[in-house]
This record gives sequence, C-alpha cells and structure tokens, in this order.
Amino acid sequence: MDAVAFYIFAAVVLASAVGVVVSKNIVRTAVCLLGTLGGVACLYFLLDANLLAAIQLIVYAGGTLILIVFGVMLTSQSPWVGFKPTRGQAVVATIVALLLAVGIITLTTTADWRPSAEGPLAASPKVADVGNSLLTTYLAPFEVASVLLLVVMIGAAYLARTEK
Amino acid sequence: MSQITLPWVARSPEKLASYRRSAIVRLIGLGLLHVALAFAGFLWLEPFNEAKLADWKIVPVLVLCVGAGLAGLTLIAGGLAVATYERIGRILKWGYNAFAVFLGGVLAVCLIVWLHAFVFELVKTSPSGGTNTIPVLGIPYSLSVHDLYKAMESTSPGIPFDKNVRLTIPPLAYLLWPLQFGLVRDLVAMGGIIGFVSIIPAFGIWWERKVAGRIQSRMGPMRTGGWHGWAQSAADGIKLVFKEDFIPSGGDTLLFKLAVYIVFIPPLLAFIALPFAGAWVFRDLDVALLFILAMLGIEVLGVILAGWASNNKWSVYGAMREACQMVSYEIPMGMSLLIPVMMAGSLQLTAITDAQGGGFWNWFVFANPWCFIAFFIYYAASLASCKRAPFDLPESESELVAGFLTEYSGMRWSLFFFGEYVAMFVVSGLAVILFLGGWKSPIPEEWVENAVVQMGAAENMIGTIIRGLFKEGPILFILKAAFLYYVQMWIRWTLPRIRIDQVLYACVQVLLPLTMIVLLANTLWILGVEHLKLGWLVTVDTGIRWVLVAIGVLTAMGMIGIAMYGYKNNRRLVGSQAANQLPGS
Repeated sequence: MDAVAFYIFAAVVLASAVGVVVSKNIVRTAVCLLGTLGGVACLYFLLDANLLAAIQLIVYAGGTLILIVFGVMLTSQSPWVGFKPTRGQAVVATIVALLLAVGIITLTTTADWRPSAEGPLAASPKVADVGNSLLTTYLAPFEVASVLLLVVMIGAAYLARTEK
Repeated sequence: MSQITLPWVARSPEKLASYRRSAIVRLIGLGLLHVALAFAGFLWLEPFNEAKLADWKIVPVLVLCVGAGLAGLTLIAGGLAVATYERIGRILKWGYNAFAVFLGGVLAVCLIVWLHAFVFELVKTSPSGGTNTIPVLGIPYSLSVHDLYKAMESTSPGIPFDKNVRLTIPPLAYLLWPLQFGLVRDLVAMGGIIGFVSIIPAFGIWWERKVAGRIQSRMGPMRTGGWHGWAQSAADGIKLVFKEDFIPSGGDTLLFKLAVYIVFIPPLLAFIALPFAGAWVFRDLDVALLFILAMLGIEVLGVILAGWASNNKWSVYGAMREACQMVSYEIPMGMSLLIPVMMAGSLQLTAITDAQGGGFWNWFVFANPWCFIAFFIYYAASLASCKRAPFDLPESESELVAGFLTEYSGMRWSLFFFGEYVAMFVVSGLAVILFLGGWKSPIPEEWVENAVVQMGAAENMIGTIIRGLFKEGPILFILKAAFLYYVQMWIRWTLPRIRIDQVLYACVQVLLPLTMIVLLANTLWILGVEHLKLGWLVTVDTGIRWVLVAIGVLTAMGMIGIAMYGYKNNRRLVGSQAANQLPGS
C-alpha cells in the first residue's frame, strides 16, 4: 500500500518538476511548482513526518508560491510573461545545473541509507519535542535564523517605503 | 377507433375504488408472503452457533432472507400507504418526505460511524492472528465472523428495562467483517465525509437565501420542492450543470480549468484532520491545526489563478484584492490561533478540545481576557479568509462585475461556491474547536454521566443515546459550528462591504498590532497564573473569568430574547404574508 502511494506521489513530483523546467509561462511554472511541493508534502506524510509536511504546505505552497504569483501579477508588463533567457544566462544556468546534478548524484550514491536502530527514525518525534529542542539545544541557530528574517523584513520595508 | 382504457386512468369512481382495493390486497398479501419466507429462512438458520457462523455457505441464504424481509416490509408499507392515501396524503408531500430522508440519512451515518468505532476497538484489542487466519486475497485478518458476533453480544447496549437482552443482530457480523481492514474502513469513512461535505453547500446556500430573505423582510425561496423551497439548491445545481460552459479564448485555458479544483479540493481535504468528536475524526494528526491552516492557505492560489487565467481586467482586480487580503489576514488569523494552542500546549485539535472539558466556563473563549479578544480577531480574520462580507472584495459585484468569477459560468462557477461554503464550515468548526469547547457539552460531563446512572440507564440503549448526544457524539460540534456559520450569513446581510484600503488598514494597522499585544499579554498571563502562581494575578484571573462567563451567558440570553421578540412581532417585522408561512404560525 505504502509502496503504491509512494510511486504515485513520486510520479506527481517528477512530472510537475519536469513541467517547472519545460514551461515557459511563469504562472504555469508556479502551478507546476505547487504540484512538486504538494507531492513532496505527501511523501513526508507517508514517512510520518507530519510536522514537516504541514510546514512544507504552509510555507512553500501557501506562502512562497502565492507571493511568486502575486509578484508576477503586479510587475508584469504584458499579459503573458515568458522566459526569454539570453545566451549568457543559458550558459550560466547549464553550468549550475550540471554542478548540482553531479553533487546530488554523488550524494545519493555514496550516502548510507540504512536507518540506524536507535536513530531519530526509531520513534517518530512529537511536535512538542521539536519545539523544545528548537528553544533549548538549537537556540542559537534558531535565533540567527530569526535575526536574518528580521533583517530581510526591514530591508523589504525600506525598499518599499514611499519616497519623501 | 376504440378507446383504450388503462386501469390507472379509469374515470369511474367505483372502478377506481375496486382497483384500489385489489391493489391493497395484493400488496399486503405479497408482503406478508415475503416476510413469512424471510422468517422461515431465519428459523432454518437459527441458532447462530460457532460452526454455522464460520461457514460462508450461509451467506447467500442470509442475503436472501434479509432481502425478502425488506421487500416484504416495503410491500406492506406500500399497501398501507395506498389504503390510507387520502387521510395521510398531505404528509406524504415532498417537503415532509425530505425531512424523513434527511433524518434517515443522519441516522444511517451515525450507525455506520458507530460500527466503525466498534470494529476499530476490537481490532485494536484483538490478539494478532486470532481464531481464523486464512488470508483473504493475501491480506491476513485477525477477527472471524464468530469473534464479531461474540463481541456484539458482550458490548452492544441492552434494550431499556432489561439490560440483559442485548441489541444483537447476527447477520450484522457479516457486514462488520470487512471493516476490520483499515483500507475498507478508510474508504467507508471517506464516503461519509464526502457525503457530509456535499450536504453543507446545498443546505448552506438554501439557508443563506432564507436568512437573507428574513433579514430583508422577504421570504426567500418558497416554491421548489414544496416546504419552504427546500429543493432550491438541488434545482440550482441541475440548472448549473446544463448551462453553457464558457471558456474565454484569450485566457490560459489550462489554468482556467485547473483553478476551480485548487479552490474546492483543499477545503475538502481539511476534513481529514477536522475532528467532529473524540472518536469522530478521520486522522487524528498531531499537527491538525497547521494542516487545516495550510489547506485554507492553498485555496487562495486557486482564486488568484482564476483571475489571472481569465485574462479580464475585472478578474485580475478581484484576484489581486484576494491576494492582498489573504496574505495580510493570514497573519492575525494564525497568531490568534496560537493563543488556544498555548493554553492547551498542543497542536492536536482533539487534545485542545479535551483541555476545555467540564462545563462552558472552561471553554478557552472565557479563559482570560486575551483569549476572549483572540476569538473575535480570529472570527474577523476567518471572514476575510472565506471572502465573506464585509470582506468580499474579490467578487464585489457592485464594482467588479463579479471579480475573479466574471468569466466563469455553469458548473465551474458553482464549484467555486462549493469551495466557499465548505471553507465557511471549516473555519467555523475551527473556531468551535479552539475557543468554544468543540464537541464538549456546556454542562460538565460528570453531570451527564451521573444523570445516566440516576436514570438506571447506564448499560442500556437510552444511556448510549444520551452519552452520544451530550458526551461523545458530534451533534454539539455540528450545532455550534452551524451557529457560527449562521452568524457569518447574518454579518453578510447586515454589514456593508468596506473598501480595499480599509480592509488592509484594518488588518495591518489594527488587527496585527492588537494580535501581537494579545499574544504577548497571554504569554505573560499564563506565566504569571500557571507557572509563577502570583497570588493577586490568580485572584484577578478567577474574577475576570467569571465576568467573561457572565458576558457570554448574557449575550446568549440576549440573542435568544431578541429572537423571541422578533418571532412574537413577526407580523410587524416581516409582514403578515411572510409571518403566515413561518413554522408554527
């Protein structure tokens, strides 16, 4: 049962990922991205990582994606915005994509995928445990991340202010 | 050319009466014959002992017996109906039948869910690899039909006056048997959820039209179906299915079609995690609240895409307003929901409700002043998130034609409303679970239990029914959610729409700072009362809690009083023609 569900969701993720790359219309790209993000969230649900799945849906599908579409709608000059990359951009993109592919392939082939017996997978963690560890063991990285977000927010507010 | 006279168009009253008499005799005779056959079959199958229950060959006989019994009862009922048609013809009219069908449906759903819970308990407690472990289609199972029969004998409620005679129906064991497989249970439960979710918009739209009518001194739909136009939504649905499905050629056809589904599927998925009662939840997720918020958040994308793909100025304006509105109102909505989460210390909706048991004074809305404010902030933000008036800017028909819906027609258009009405129920249900005690009754559960014991009904059906109504069942949750649903309609038909700059001002400069203050104050309050146990603060907390409870009780009494005043003066308020149509006049 789980295997069948896994293949279905994996197919959704892959198909919409291909759609993201192939589509030239930026809004359609965003919709394909919804399929990818939702599919990945479903895979998280299959792995009993409920918190991660819900966060994935809220932050990426419900937040980032809407901001992308919103941004496109507010800034576009013509009704249908397409990608028209210059040759230089294409070269840079190809190099980055190749590097990324090499990295991911090396990682997947060399990593040890067997779950350790007493590892975090042994008992699925409760949301409360995640919260506790964020505010005790990992307080410093958590605070650094929140300061970073604050800086971004102030920067955005500065850029968007009315000129006097 | 000779006239052909068919029996059922015979004009002569004598002929008609004789046909009726013979029809009655035949129907009742056939019915009695069927019942007798069924009875004989059951007698032959008796007793349902171990050997017989394990034997699959009796299944066809059982099916035949049950079928014959049901057919016989139907025939007898038909005969009686023909016999008494003129007397009870009035109550056989559609409107009353609709109520009967509705009630029957509700009872059937309750029964199915109860059977689910029953089998679920057995599967949980049964030793793996029980008495009969021959796998079916490769899936091993642990409960045999006989186990189920025994379990029914020992745990089903007794009949009133004699708790030793239990409500045991042997053929039911065969129906229960497939339910021990998780997949079958899930499929049945999904069917139940989809059924409930389809009733919500149909009923909600009819109700909204009636409410709108009453508020505007009209009567609303009165004709379709008979009783107060109860079939109006069904008629509208049929009309919309047959309407032309128009797709603008200049738009993005694919996204235009897809947007509908992105709007109406997420609110449906929210029901995966929405608990109707302790045991009445499809999946009791530990992140249920986050999951439902995520589902409500994705819905916006569909509206934006609908506006964008229509390639129409009105649609894009509507979509942009929706995007502004939703992105800003999600923040106060999410933050105000953090307050009950903080009080209960969990994101699990069943755990949050369990923290509010023991009387309505324990509901989180009355817990402290900050929760009280948070409830209203959440309610306002949820109105905005459902695009309900006064925040229905995305489709404001007086300025934007129909906003993002302008280019939609037919079934696609109606699916947007399907999504909206389901989302209305989801946000109301969330408010009920987080602030108004979910399915908990306003009186403490011990009182209910004591009353059941006092009545001597602890082990029979009456006790089961009382517990189902006031302790464990979903009825109170649905009633509370329906009340908030009603308040949404009430607000829509009372308040004027506000401008988009006012909407954003209200969110960013009023609600957002207020929510932050409330969040901070609630944190400090909990710290003071529960962790530091400051003496004066605990006293103030108790005092304020009682003041809030008093406000709540007075509000409820005031509402009932106003409703009674309105009903008493209905002739003056809605006019005598409408008043004559009100129930009970």
